[in-house]
Amino acid sequence: MRVTLWGTRGSLAAPGPETVRYGGNTACVEVRGKRNALLVLDAGTGIQRLGAMVRGGRGRIDLLLTHLHMDHIQGLGFFEPLYERGREIHIWGPPSPTLDLRTRLARYLSPPLFPVRLRDLPCRLTLHNVPPERFEVGGLEVEAALVCHPGSTVGYRISEGTRSLAYLPDHEPALGLREFPGEPEWTSGFDLAAGADLLIHDAQYTTEEYQKRVGWGHSSIRDAIAFATVAGARRFVPFHHDPTHDDAMLDCIDSVVRTGDLPFGFVAGTEGATFEV
Amino acid sequence: MSQKAVELILMRQLASSLAMPIFLVDPGGNLLFYNEPAEQLLGSRYDETGEMSVGQWSSLFTPIGEDGAPLPGEALPLNIALHKHRAAHLAFWIRGLDGVSRKIGATAFPLEGQGGRQLGAVGIFWEQP
Repeated sequence: MRVTLWGTRGSLAAPGPETVRYGGNTACVEVRGKRNALLVLDAGTGIQRLGAMVRGGRGRIDLLLTHLHMDHIQGLGFFEPLYERGREIHIWGPPSPTLDLRTRLARYLSPPLFPVRLRDLPCRLTLHNVPPERFEVGGLEVEAALVCHPGSTVGYRISEGTRSLAYLPDHEPALGLREFPGEPEWTSGFDLAAGADLLIHDAQYTTEEYQKRVGWGHSSIRDAIAFATVAGARRFVPFHHDPTHDDAMLDCIDSVVRTGDLPFGFVAGTEGATFEV
Repeated sequence: MSQKAVELILMRQLASSLAMPIFLVDPGGNLLFYNEPAEQLLGSRYDETGEMSVGQWSSLFTPIGEDGAPLPGEALPLNIALHKHRAAHLAFWIRGLDGVSRKIGATAFPLEGQGGRQLGAVGIFWEQP
């Protein structure tokens, strides 16, 4: 499968000359299977450019949301295929014990926050709670599981044949632990990431920043590397960059990380990057 | 061995930070985790024992009712939480591994995940004055 990063920023879009290389758009990742199935992971502001690339097509689109924080859905209303009459689009999201996905998404896609209502979209839209069991879309196998992040939040593992991508953009597996990582079976997200060929994982903070933001649902780069190590990922992409981290700072973090003896390939999480998995 | 459900992981992390003795069990009653205050009641350390089967860890306590008679298992709050899926509380006496009898209150509640998944139960022990 081919994986493209359309948005790598966390929490808040951060466009500007100082973020052009790592990118300013919030989370959105395109996954293309061998049979050209299109999976879109999250609908941050990066989805707007992806939408322009795939408009006018006929293929089904499956949009998999990890959770409904604003930085992961803000681009949804600007995804052009949603406005294409008859286009088959499926949106998958984490379950809630109280409200269905349509009701929760309609809180954003309705006035006064947005002029177009979800129910008025002309595409053929189907909404699903992600099921606890694996499911298949266009030859890609999808597995979702709840992970440690405030609110109902899932991570995904997408597999095609023997190859796999793990996507955990918002994840704080070190929360409340004196030492991290601990045993794999007590580590949030472990099963999703175990042995993944490509792991895209939250690495929002420096170690110092994380000390002031424990419980906010994100990882330090150090914890993200520890997680990738214990999970046995083959390649690791730091993701969900803090909006205050400019290119120079992210370059600096990358160069420090690369001085370590890493058991996986370390790839900068830059907007526009493409990976063959 | 596969990863535990995130709800159990978060419950363990919370229990690790609290000062009350807390026991975390799976749907079969097997002891998945106990925190440091609970270690004092059990007389053993989690790092040394790890998880314990229901038979192993229930034999570490001798629960005695207020009337001095042994309590049947089905009367214990953790069993009620597991099998009747509701919270329960009971005061009783236990004799731990140190041989000391203590009067405790035990509160237990079931852990139910989204989609009706039964994940186990949590027991909290309160030493009574």
